[in-house]
Amino acid sequence: MRRIVVNAELSPAANTGNAPGGVGHSIAHESAHKHVRGTAEYVDDLPLLPGTLFVATGQSAKPHARIRAIDLSAVKSASGVIDVIVQSDIPGKVDVGPVYLGDPLLAGDLVEFIGQAIFAVAATSFEAAQRAAVLAKIEYEELPAQLTIEDSLTAQSFVLPQHQLLLGDPDASIETAPHQLSGEIFVRGQEHFYLEGQISEARLTEDGGIHVISSTQHPTEIQKLVAEVLAIPLHLVVAEVRRMGGGFGGKETQAAPLACIAALFAQRNRRPVRYRMPRRDDMIQTGKRHDFLNRWRVGFNREGKLLGVDLQLAGKCGYSPDLSEGIVDRAMFHADNAYFLNSARILGLRCKTHTVSNTAFRGFGGPKGMMAVETFLEDIARQLGMDPLDVRKANLYQPGADETPYGQKIEQHVLPILIERLEKSSDYRARRIAITEFNNTHRHLKKGIALTPVKFGISFTAKHLNQAGALLQIYTDGSLLINHGGTEMGQGLYTKIQQIVASAFGVSVNRVMVSSTRTDKVPNTSPTAASSGTDLNGMAAKDACDQIKADLVSFACEHFNLAPAQIIFKNDLVILGENQLDFPAFIKLAYINRVALSATGHYRTPKIHYDRATAKGQPFLYFANGAAVSEVTLDCLTGEYKVDQVDILHDVGKSLNPAIDIGQIEGGFIQGMGWLTTEELLWDEQGRVISNSPANYKIPTAFDVPEIFNIELFDEPNLENTIHLSKAVGEPPLMLAISVWAALRDACSSTTNYQFSPRLDTPATPERIYWALQDCVAFNKTAAVKPGTTEEDFNVTT
Amino acid sequence: MRFVVNNVPVELVDVAADMTLLRYLRSQQNLMGTKEGCASGDCGACTVLVGRQGADAMVYEAVNACICPLGSLQDCHIVTVEGLTPAPGVMHPVQAAMVECHGSQCGFCTPGFVMSLAGLQLAAGNELAKADEDTQRAAVIDAISGNLCRCTGYRPIIAAGLFVLKEASLKEASLKKTTLKKPAQTARFVQNWVPNAPLAGTGGAPADTHNRNLSDGASGYWQPHTEIELQQLLVEYPHARLVAGGTDLMLEVTQQYKNLPQLIDLNRIESLSEILIGSDEIVLGAAANYSALEKTLAELAPEFVALLKRLGSRQIRNRGTLGGNICNASPIADAPPYLLVMDAELELVNSKGGSRRELLAHFYRNYKQTSLAADEYLARIRIARARLAQPLKLFKITKRYEDDISAVMGAFCWSGATTNEFKIAFGGMAAIPKRASVTEQFLTGSNWCVSGDVDEGILAQACELLRSEFSPLSDVRASAAYRMAMACNLLKKACYEFAAEAFGKVTEARLFHHA
Ligand SMILES: Cc1cc2nc3c(=O)[nH]c(=O)nc-3n(C[C@H](O)[C@H](O)[C@H](O)COP(=O)(O)OP(=O)(O)OC[C@H]3O[C@@H](n4cnc5c(N)ncnc54)[C@H](O)[C@@H]3O)c2cc1C
Ligand code: FES
Ligand code: FES
Repeated sequence: MRRIVVNAELSPAANTGNAPGGVGHSIAHESAHKHVRGTAEYVDDLPLLPGTLFVATGQSAKPHARIRAIDLSAVKSASGVIDVIVQSDIPGKVDVGPVYLGDPLLAGDLVEFIGQAIFAVAATSFEAAQRAAVLAKIEYEELPAQLTIEDSLTAQSFVLPQHQLLLGDPDASIETAPHQLSGEIFVRGQEHFYLEGQISEARLTEDGGIHVISSTQHPTEIQKLVAEVLAIPLHLVVAEVRRMGGGFGGKETQAAPLACIAALFAQRNRRPVRYRMPRRDDMIQTGKRHDFLNRWRVGFNREGKLLGVDLQLAGKCGYSPDLSEGIVDRAMFHADNAYFLNSARILGLRCKTHTVSNTAFRGFGGPKGMMAVETFLEDIARQLGMDPLDVRKANLYQPGADETPYGQKIEQHVLPILIERLEKSSDYRARRIAITEFNNTHRHLKKGIALTPVKFGISFTAKHLNQAGALLQIYTDGSLLINHGGTEMGQGLYTKIQQIVASAFGVSVNRVMVSSTRTDKVPNTSPTAASSGTDLNGMAAKDACDQIKADLVSFACEHFNLAPAQIIFKNDLVILGENQLDFPAFIKLAYINRVALSATGHYRTPKIHYDRATAKGQPFLYFANGAAVSEVTLDCLTGEYKVDQVDILHDVGKSLNPAIDIGQIEGGFIQGMGWLTTEELLWDEQGRVISNSPANYKIPTAFDVPEIFNIELFDEPNLENTIHLSKAVGEPPLMLAISVWAALRDACSSTTNYQFSPRLDTPATPERIYWALQDCVAFNKTAAVKPGTTEEDFNVTT
Repeated sequence: MRFVVNNVPVELVDVAADMTLLRYLRSQQNLMGTKEGCASGDCGACTVLVGRQGADAMVYEAVNACICPLGSLQDCHIVTVEGLTPAPGVMHPVQAAMVECHGSQCGFCTPGFVMSLAGLQLAAGNELAKADEDTQRAAVIDAISGNLCRCTGYRPIIAAGLFVLKEASLKEASLKKTTLKKPAQTARFVQNWVPNAPLAGTGGAPADTHNRNLSDGASGYWQPHTEIELQQLLVEYPHARLVAGGTDLMLEVTQQYKNLPQLIDLNRIESLSEILIGSDEIVLGAAANYSALEKTLAELAPEFVALLKRLGSRQIRNRGTLGGNICNASPIADAPPYLLVMDAELELVNSKGGSRRELLAHFYRNYKQTSLAADEYLARIRIARARLAQPLKLFKITKRYEDDISAVMGAFCWSGATTNEFKIAFGGMAAIPKRASVTEQFLTGSNWCVSGDVDEGILAQACELLRSEFSPLSDVRASAAYRMAMACNLLKKACYEFAAEAFGKVTEARLFHHA
């Protein structure tokens, strides 16, 4: 059996770094040594200050209701309870909506989802708070609740206005096309399941301000909302985060309510407050990836080329807008995935439901948009009797067919070459033949294979967020301290920044310390999201390095009477013409000569713009690309399956750290696989989340990892001038997992001799696979042409 | 009570009966390396090693600290991630391998993985060093089956596990890889620990010390050493709850925030954890944990052991017991369908020492209701050897292969072509684990199989009967229709395999080896 394990020590790119560990080297995560020893600190690990209070919230039991009466006496008198607050106790702003209003910190007289916080309790222990929070007596007057996308479409009830992209005349193109088809897919959301649950600690400062330590991807927003809720100026609030135990988008806006409530109690009681959500509350009270219902009508020609696409993407936003504007936009911007649609209408709807407000999740809408086009390209292939790979390839963007529905032209055509390479290296065609052979000789086991591409646009779609700051300080012993606006959630941002700074000065990485992200060090930061952490903060850090370096060089020129070209920083030394000094000695000298050794760097992404009125522009600086081949085997009697092999080729530009990039690719892939296979978010008819614990919501385990898992980097520089010509890597690999879903569908389709592609909503649990196979049986019964598999081969029982 | 944490002996007098090990470590020992990711035994972030005196050495097992009652750890050695590092600057081989292989990203899950892998290396490192890579890989995956990681996608963690096992085989020549310390060093560190008081559990200590209230006034945690002591406690504390592994019970504390003021622990009663292999029957102590059953029954009941590999995770199996699985009376428990087709007999004992035998099939009355009287406990489970020898098929249907609760659990036993008798039971198909008696009767003695060829018509009729016998529910794990379809298809699957095996034909390869 072939079992290749990716080699983390890939050839270190020799582009800049020369001292050990610089840019291009596969150095370990900066906290790895602490992770494995258990000494890396997360918020709940901080020593408890004396008098610390713990928080829990009282939750709505109804999806949509007016609160008639609320009796908190039992809560207040419960053992250990110190303070209880309701909405009217908030001194400042009540609404903590990140972009649009709609998210009251505590519900007033209206509740809009089961689990919504109505009041908050502070008690002397975590358990005391939890026990007290269920003691309230609340009288509701129930209102009609919209619980599904269909409910919302029927009621035409949306949290934000619709938006539409238009390219050419899709209606005419579809009508005149030789072939048409229509269809829909329901793509379920996903629970983040970051291993560290949401948590914030608030400490009062002597000026009546607040120091919040939070597990958040967006410290600046925490600072702003805490200040607004407490009605104090921003400069009295410091938000700090050293690291998160995972974020994945779930801590972009969802961390703020915890910080605000903790801060409120801290202010009222003049005591430190820690608010940690136990897993169940986290799964009930915080937003998830949106469900999407995608519907389409497409026209295509005999070669399988798309001529026109009419697509409606309806996202289940929950009760408030949160980030749904950008999320549905990004779904629309990725509805083409890697393909030229010729002419298209893409309509995005933001459905209001009386469920928790859905939020950012790795891919931010992109994955859901892509599922539509990947589905109908396969349907086209089945209809024309082609291999889905050939239909996918025929429709790729290429020179001349390069305009996206939002008007941006694709300039760097990576995918045609990348797919060609992967098709060869993965042996796709030979394996396709072997699979057909296998399927012909096995009664109940069927294999499937699929190659799917990903093209993912990099930049925040909200233009003002595309900026970053950094603060670099060099001390007289030659040690460097860098702060920046990005947060570390495991993605290796701190490590890459450390490498960027080390390379800038030609010093080894151990000289560079990256410390907590704090709003009093680098202000007005953007969330660490949209895969942009390194692109933005790396550039800002480099800007700070360049400033200090320029001062150091001009000092050295003057001091040693040299030309700038004679001064080189490398190998922990500073080469000064014929002479050299070690880095600390040189820094000391600069200090003695009164050179400034700190600088703030800043970066704003060039070129990007988007006009909502015309729905045209260039929302992305560039695209990250990749493709994956997945092979699966399924059991037709039960719908159970196994992923046998996965081959990935992914474009990260010039890698800053191949090991970390590969980690993002394989981690993103497995997370995406979970989204599309075993992770099933479910609500009951009352609107209650019933997948509310890891006992009934199943993220992948080690067993699910394909035994053969080959990952390679497509080692070509970014054409845009990004940090060391690298490309963002956080989100795009998640969507490579669409290949697993497509392979499962391929295996199902094999039972109809590839004449029919059953609808396969996600996640493709064994149960959904089973029902898809029953659809294949039904197709075989009605098919005119004799299909490959008969009912007996299935032993259908419905 | 008395135990050792890392290398510090601890004496406690004042501890709540329902205090969990995780809460104790984090709130009273300031050992923050052990994390809480779920507090329900599902994520493994809280994994620690618990060592007990074995026959000749300390035996260490990975457990979920979040649902492990502290009271159960009398005389144990608890090793947390902090305890693996013998000195500052030195790393355990697993820690070094995790760094080397880029096995951590956000790092929150990492201490749990480190402990699971360290547990594997301690328990079977030397033996596995010589094994082939498939065996090693399977062992690594088994060891981390209860650890969730949301960042890495596991590949580098599996690589780290393999790396450590392989290093062990290179003991002599390992100087090349200077970053890794030889595993023996840690093994020695842990095994050199000598409790400063003799370990109990070897019998002989006077009863009163065992019955001593280990907890504060209002509550109590008792660890009897004999059934007689247990019976006395049942008389004295009629409201106390029994706890074996605690993998079901402790969720009441960590998920519902209940107080369990009085607990009687069954773990130290030797007669309840013994596994006796007799010539006519096997007798399984109700408090024997799954890991022990896996080891002891591997040859005698391979299908059951294969099923156990999918019951919970390694950590859960190191604590969970058959008695708990039966008495918790969940309709979706995995062992009962198997025990039902085995016609397993329960030995139930009351506080006066009186005992009765009852077939498991009669034990379940209604949803979560059994015939167990308030002062009774389940002592032993008996299975006839003759039944063990018969062809058996066990299938567990879940969303996720590992560590998931069954949507449907099917058990099928066939007495062979001559007597042609069927026993069929399902979990997840009714309010209790239930035999399919009508379908059994229909198939028994029927011509369902003629010289290895299955009669599809008869199977179809059998499925019709199954449909009339069961009306499953829809819930978060599966729809009623899928459950019904699976009951039928699993029956067919079992029949295809029975037929082929009985007549020496080739059976179609299985997707999974286990269950
Ligand atoms: C993460 C996780 C995964 C799990 N996965 C599975 C799974 O895949 N399949 C499955 O079937 N179960 C699973 N379980 C449930 C549980 O582990 C099993 O049911 C286990 O066998 C319970 O045994 P225990 O010793 O831990 O029971 P405990 O929690 O100690 O006890 C359970 C109940 O039985 C009573 N009891 C225990 N022993 C006796 C006795 N001898 N006499 C009388 N009463 C007794 C207790 O008082 C209590 O009410 C899982 C649990 C968790 C937390
Ligand atoms: S905290 Fe998740 S298993 Fe213990
Ligand atoms: S490294 Fe983040 S959960 Fe495993």
